[in-house]
Amino acid sequence: MPHPTFNMTPPDVQLEKALTGIEGLDEITSGGLPKGRPTLICGSAGCGKTMFAIEFLVRGILEHGEPGVFIAFEESPEDLAKNVASLGFNLKELEEQGKLIVEYIHIDKSDIAVAGDFDLEGLFLVLQSCVESIGAKRVSIDTLEALFSGFDNHALLRQEIRRLFRWLKDRDLTTVITAERGDGALTRQGLEEYVSDCVIVLDHRIIDQVSTRRLRVVKYRGSVHGTNEYPFLIDDGGISVLPISSLGLDHPASKERISTGVPRLDIMMEGKGYYRGSSVLVSGTAGSGKTSLANFFADATCRRGEKCLYMAFEESPSQIKRNMESLGLNQEQWTSKGLLTYYASRPSLHGLEMHLVKIHKMVKEIRPQVIVIDPITNLTSLATMSEVNAMLVRLIDFLKAEGITALFTSLTSGTQSILEATDVGVSSLIDTWLLVRDIESSGERNRGMYVIKSRGMAHSNQIREFRLSSEGIDLRDVYVGPSGMLTGSARLTMEAEERAAAVTAEQEIENTKIRLERKRQALEAQWAVMQAEFANEEEEAARFISQKKSVQGHLMEDRNEMARQRKSDDAEPLNVKPLNLHPPTLKPSAVNGRKGE
Amino acid sequence: MMEDATMEPARETSAGGETFLLKLYVAGQTPKSMAAIENLDRICTEHLQGRYRVEVIDLARNPKLARTDKILAIPTLVRNLPTPISRIIGDLSDVEQVLVGLNFRKL
Repeated sequence: MPHPTFNMTPPDVQLEKALTGIEGLDEITSGGLPKGRPTLICGSAGCGKTMFAIEFLVRGILEHGEPGVFIAFEESPEDLAKNVASLGFNLKELEEQGKLIVEYIHIDKSDIAVAGDFDLEGLFLVLQSCVESIGAKRVSIDTLEALFSGFDNHALLRQEIRRLFRWLKDRDLTTVITAERGDGALTRQGLEEYVSDCVIVLDHRIIDQVSTRRLRVVKYRGSVHGTNEYPFLIDDGGISVLPISSLGLDHPASKERISTGVPRLDIMMEGKGYYRGSSVLVSGTAGSGKTSLANFFADATCRRGEKCLYMAFEESPSQIKRNMESLGLNQEQWTSKGLLTYYASRPSLHGLEMHLVKIHKMVKEIRPQVIVIDPITNLTSLATMSEVNAMLVRLIDFLKAEGITALFTSLTSGTQSILEATDVGVSSLIDTWLLVRDIESSGERNRGMYVIKSRGMAHSNQIREFRLSSEGIDLRDVYVGPSGMLTGSARLTMEAEERAAAVTAEQEIENTKIRLERKRQALEAQWAVMQAEFANEEEEAARFISQKKSVQGHLMEDRNEMARQRKSDDAEPLNVKPLNLHPPTLKPSAVNGRKGE
Repeated sequence: MMEDATMEPARETSAGGETFLLKLYVAGQTPKSMAAIENLDRICTEHLQGRYRVEVIDLARNPKLARTDKILAIPTLVRNLPTPISRIIGDLSDVEQVLVGLNFRKL
């Protein structure tokens, strides 16, 4: 049987694929399992092989209208129907509709005596008759390795299995074959040698008593596929695989802004709040009001008529509701309207990946605009920091791709450096990071809040005092002065002191003004006295001058008379100028010059 | 030449007790199928002396019977009577195994 190898496939002949309908798997395999070819599913006991095989068929029937045949070597049809009923699959109904055949083939070695050569033509005939009777397009065989326990002649079995795969391919049947995981090999009997198209490994690991199922596409000839290990979950909706790490950084960024639920916090962010679709981290020490901030954000979301999913890993929903009532928030009104959904779960209930899958499923179901995870730090108890970070990267990528605004709270240990390791690890993924912090001073604890970063907006860089009261959250300016930052009663004291100081200053100004006015008045009085004195002096001087002048005049007349009498020459008359004694230009307005300014 | 028919007419005898009711499933005229028919004929003739009835079923003609009768291996010989039902697979060339499988030794 020639296989088209990858480099020989012409570009326009794409490998045809059959969508499995299993959530997430079709994304990893970019379109499903190879159509008309067998796919090997291997894994150890209890890792979900049978579930995979049956869901592949049921989804094929329900979603793609392809009838299917289930060949069961291990479980009876009754057991199988019971086992998958919990997933909401009604096998009996599908069988009655002629879309499904569950064929149970029991092999008991003790019943069979071998006497000579044989082949498994009977199995082919069983298969053929099943496939033909309903026109099946899909086949699941669970598990083929049961044949090995039934028959001793393994050389013959291998030959027959090889023939079976060829037979299935020739009939264009998309087939899932399950096999038990072997030591050091993918399957116990080396079936992977025969299935060359697609091999998927399921794994069920328990780390720290917490189990996680994982899936990996080991091989997919002629197709690109995700090569990572993807966690998967089996719950009442069937299998869901998480292909999240394949997401890239190509999500669109919204310019829309949504309220934080705290008016003053909106103001700190250009008066508008967070960007829609951004991820917000609220970190803080214990009891610093992270949950309250998260609930106010949820409240604002519901007020806009949008949906909010609240994943609570610390408190029960009713406890959160009660606590929020003390802050004047009525969350009950939103939960009853179906806008707010609380999902509470202990972190240790599942593995880390399981939580991620759970969040995924809930997001897909509820389709919220806002999700709150309170707190993410509780998840770190489950795994190492790198695993938590990897999970958060996936989660944030996923939420961003969906355009969901996410608010995470994170508990930090307050006494040490504020920038705790968890936060630093996540911070590069976070768009807006608020820090709520206890500030201890003068015998009391107060809450301070600041915006450490907020991408794409001019946010306030001031610390605000964060106050919780029955009226909700209030952010107050903190006192920042030479003696440092003050909050609480210290801030109140300082404010009172400042007020007192302001009054004193006002009085001092007033006093200065009065003093100045008095000085002016005194100067003016002095001036008047001096003017009067001067006037006296001036008068006296004038009198003196006129006296002297008249005396001089008399003397001159006398001399002239004497000269006339002596008959002398004409003498020049003596000219005397009167003294100019005006006061300097000193005006009172020059003293008061500043008053009007 | 092969028919879904009784290979040998029932020769009921009272001489050794029960009658064996055997079904041989084959698929087409493959060497294994032909060998099985021949081998069974010989074994019955030698060991059962007429206390048997054999039905040869060709699944190539009637594939649905493979499903209803749960036949995986070809050829398969099923002993329906005497109970319990037992199965022997192979071309019946190993006579010892056939006799053990059919519980002839006890007779």
